[in-house]
This record gives sequence, C-alpha cells and structure tokens, in this order.
Amino acid sequence: MNDYLNNIEIAGESFESRLFVGTGKFESGELLKQSVNASGSQMVTVAMKRANPTSEEDSILDFLDPEIVKILPNTSGVRNAKEAVFVAKMAREALGTNWLKLEIHPDPKYLMPDPIATLEATIELANDGFVVLPYCHADPVLCKQLEEAGAAAVMPLGSPIGSNQGLESREFLRIIIEQAVVPVVVDAGIGSPSQAAEAMEMGASAVLVNTAIAVSADPVSMGQAFGQAVEAGRMAHVAGLGSVRRNAQATSPLTNFLS
Amino acid sequence: MESFRQKLELVEWGTISQKIHSSDSRSIECALSREGSGGLDDFVALLSPLAGEEYLEEMAQLAHRLTIQRFGKVIRLFAPMYLSNECNNICDYCGFSMGNQIPRKTLSHTEILLESSALRKSNFDHVLLVTGESTNKVGVEYLFEAIKILNNYFANVSMEVQPLSEEDYCSLITAGLHAVLVYQETYEKVSYGKHHLRGKKTNFDWRLETPDRLGRSGINKIGLGCLYGLTRDWRTDSYFAGMHLDYLEKKYWKTSFSMSFPRIRPYEGEINPVVDLKDRDLVQLLCAYRIFNHELELSLSTRESPILREQLLPIGITTMSAGSKTNPGGYSVTDNSLEQFSISDERSPAEIALMLRSKGYEPVWKDWDSSYHGKGNNLSKVGYNSVTNKQNADALSSVS
Repeated sequence: MNDYLNNIEIAGESFESRLFVGTGKFESGELLKQSVNASGSQMVTVAMKRANPTSEEDSILDFLDPEIVKILPNTSGVRNAKEAVFVAKMAREALGTNWLKLEIHPDPKYLMPDPIATLEATIELANDGFVVLPYCHADPVLCKQLEEAGAAAVMPLGSPIGSNQGLESREFLRIIIEQAVVPVVVDAGIGSPSQAAEAMEMGASAVLVNTAIAVSADPVSMGQAFGQAVEAGRMAHVAGLGSVRRNAQATSPLTNFLS
Repeated sequence: MESFRQKLELVEWGTISQKIHSSDSRSIECALSREGSGGLDDFVALLSPLAGEEYLEEMAQLAHRLTIQRFGKVIRLFAPMYLSNECNNICDYCGFSMGNQIPRKTLSHTEILLESSALRKSNFDHVLLVTGESTNKVGVEYLFEAIKILNNYFANVSMEVQPLSEEDYCSLITAGLHAVLVYQETYEKVSYGKHHLRGKKTNFDWRLETPDRLGRSGINKIGLGCLYGLTRDWRTDSYFAGMHLDYLEKKYWKTSFSMSFPRIRPYEGEINPVVDLKDRDLVQLLCAYRIFNHELELSLSTRESPILREQLLPIGITTMSAGSKTNPGGYSVTDNSLEQFSISDERSPAEIALMLRSKGYEPVWKDWDSSYHGKGNNLSKVGYNSVTNKQNADALSSVS
C-alpha cells in the first residue's frame, strides 16, 4: 500500500485529494469546472454571497458536481461573529450541509481574519452541530484554542489572501503542524505549485488554492499542476526528507581519536 | 469631531497642483517599480502630465495585472433605480436642477415593486437607488420604506441620494442599506460654489463630511468621486479624492470603497464643461487609482460609449451598470422624458453580459446577500422565499 496516498479525514469523512480549491475569480463557470476536474480536488469552497441556488442565471453551483466534489460553503464578506453565524445557518438551510469554512475578515483591504470573532463563532457553531473549518492567522495558540472550541480542522494562512506570496508564515505553520491534533489546511497566499508542495512537505494535511489557479493564463493546466504538486509534496513528507545542513559533512575530525 | 474637513484645510491646492505638474521621470518610475506602495507621493507622480504622455501603456499593464490579481476575471453588474427627480437644489450641470421646467415624479411603493420586477427579469441582483434632494418628498422615512421593499428582491441595495445625518444612516442600515455613493463633485471650494447655486447642496463642508458620518455609522461601502468637467485642474481634483480615500480607509478600516469617474454629458440644463476630460485622461485616472489602491472598486457607468467601455474593461474596472434608465420609473412605468442625463451605452443587460463573456470576463449579478445584514428575510435570495417574492413581482408585472 502506498502510504503517501492515504486519505485525509475530516469529521469522519475521507478525501483522497489533499487539494482544496476556491471558486472565486474564474473567467467562467465552465472554466472553473474544468480546472477543478483537472486538479483532482474533492473539496471546493463557495462564498455564500455568490451562491444563488434558485437563480435561472448561471450559478457557480451549477458547475460543481456534488457527486465528485464536496461543496464547502464559506462566510466570506461577514465582518463579525454574529453575521458569520447567521450566514452559516443560511448556508445550512440553502445547501443542506453543516460543513462550513468560517471566514471573518472585518478589514476589506488585506482580508485579515479576526481571531477573536473567529474563536467566538467557532464555539457557537460547533455547539450547534456545524463542522467548522476556520480560516485564521498562523497563530499556534489560536489554532489550539480553535481545536478546543470544536473546529474540525484549522486553516492558517500562508500569506494574505490572493497575494501569491507563498508561505511567509512558515515558521509558525511549522509549530501549528507539530502541535495539531486536527488536520491543518494551509489556506491563502499559495501562489505556485512549488509553494503548495512546500506546505505539504512540511506536513500540512492539505492546502487550499484559488487565485493562483483562477487567474492563471491556463487555469486547467494550473489546476492539474497544483494537484500533482500536492501529491508530490505529500509523498515527500511521508517518505521523509533529509535534514538540511549549512556545511558539508566531513569525517569526524573531533572524534576520530575514539576509533 | 475630527473629519476630513480639518485635513483638507491643511493642504494647499496650489502646492499639490505644482507638485503634480512638475513630477519627473524618476518619481514616476519609482511609483511604477514599487507598484504604488509609496502612497500619496506615488499618486502625485501617476497623475502627472508626464505620466500620461510617456508612461500610459506601462501604467495600464500594471493596473491590469493588479486588478486581475485582486478581483479575478469578473465584472460585477448593477442597475440604478431612480426613485425621484424632485430636487430643491440649483446646480448648473444637473438635469434635475430645480430651475429646470421638467415634469417631476416620485415613485410610489407599487411603482417601486414594478421597477424591481423589471430589473429582476434582467437578472440584476444589485440595485442603486438614486434621487434628487427634496427632504419633504423624499425624506428618510421614504428611503427607509424603499430599502425595506427592495431588500425582498435584491441581494444588495445601495443608495446615491442627498447627504444625511449619522443617525439617519444608522437607521437606513437597519433597513438593509449596504453602500452609499456620495461624490464631492469637486474638492475645489471656489469652483464648487460656482456650480452649486442654491439649496442644501451649496454647503461644501456638510457634503465633505458625509463619508465621515457614513464611516461612523458602520456602512459596508462608501463611494467617492469627482464630476469631471466642473474644475479645470482635474488632476489636482483627483488627488484630493485620493487623499480623501486614503484618510477614510485608515480611519474606517472595516469599510470598503469605490471610486467613480463621471464626465459631464449632454442633457437638459447642461452647461459646457470647463474642461474636457479626454479618453486618454480617463485611462490615466483609472490606472493611477488602481496602482495607488489595489483593492479599490472602480466603477464605470453607461454615460460612456460602448466602444470605450469595452476598451476600459481590462484596465482596472471592476463594476459596471448596464441597461440603465436615469428617470424615475424608466424600466416599467414611464417614458424617458424625465431623465437626469442621457446614457451612451444603450445595450441591454443581456447584451452586456454576452460582451463580457466574449472578452473573457464572468458577469457577476450577485456578490452579496441581504442575509449578511442579519435581516429576517435572509432566505430571500437563497431559499424558499425567493420563489414567493419572484412570483409576487411577476404577478405585479403582469398587472401592468
């Protein structure tokens, strides 16, 4: 059995692909569909403000096959815990799922997640039976608190949403991954397949990518590239990476006399 | 209470104008290489005549890249709904000006429903309410009721009406108001006085402080802008709009912002613009604002021609109106005789959507939900009630 292919489990559900995909910024619904297919992702997140299940006009949901991908509604756009809880309940009723990617960013410029409101909403929603995946800062203590509050996974950021800057928070991600007892999904800022692979090599359970795929000149190929990178990164992590040294490793000049 | 008024008083118009007009290659190249992270200093350079003459393509390339990165390949669509053309102001450039001998009309609740039905049939989910300034006929109570009605049909309700008090804005937000557009028209006080001759709009400072009152009320979005054609030095006018934006964004950090670029167009009661903002100038403005502020929503109305609107798309535009009627009841109730200004792009919303797709952009009709305000009618757009509401609107429409 190829160990690297083991599935990721969240709240008792199992997913082969460790790549989650966001659905914003795509040029068309058709291109979104093809990109998601090419990526092999089985988890896609949809902003409730964009979802329109009853519309006759094209809705993002029309292009996603729930047989293939799990729809993870998100609360993008809310500014506090109260709004987030409200939107979560709307999503549960409209889409028939208790899974939720919790995003609370009161700052519309850098879309930084509000740690206090996110923790408050996680407590309330988890108590209400939601499977909560909170988007948060790469803050190890916050991630432990979210775990204790009942989060099914934590989604710390690599760098600001949509920035493609990669894993600027890597030192803190390392601590979060080391300490976590729930899956760690690195979300936001991953701009290239190599950065996704880096997160997976570090031991992240999964990564979420949106902008880097959606605004690529060829989103379908880019989706596929991310799918392969995530798999390669996972394989490398499981296989075990060699340690990094600053100097060449010579013989043992200081302990040679012992032999 | 501290407001932008005190900030504006500290900055000399002439000093800024001189800086803009003497910007050199070094400052422009610096602004481009650091992608506008130099703030207002970079904005000065990007607004300069030299930048427009020699760096426009480079600016456009950067603006395009920054816009795609932040907003993706999507354009949000909205429709204005004119509720009333009653107005007690005399402004020399406006079709609604009190002195103009035109029939006046304010929509009744039933007429608002008919207009909503017509707009919903065209797929619009974001609506912008527009009125003149007539406190007696179109006061806060009227607006409150209108917003409540429209929240049953639209995911997002914005407003472009007379400046109100902070208390009134708080009240309208509870009715479901999402955003308010309040253009200063011009930041040059003398010029402002020449064009706004009578009525409450003559009060430059009351208008200038409106975004502060909005920010304090906790509104989601504030729209700013200059009306190009009122003040000769449009570059400096734009600088002050940018400075206003910069001040507001830092102070009201939970609010998002949009910028619009209206140019004076021919309509009833029009004056000749004191300056003709050329297409090239408009392109420079769009680029300068985008590089200055990567997150700013840039909006383009149907005042502009179809050809120009298509050319401007990739430069930084994020939001467009389509199929607009600028007269109360224009979508379902009356003919076009009462319009505020004549539009240039007369294509239908469906044609605009088709054009966007052909250019590689996804037309986005819905990018908000009234439930985000925690309204009781939260499932109006996503769930059972929307069917009922739509049927109601259809029923009303068939009566007409």
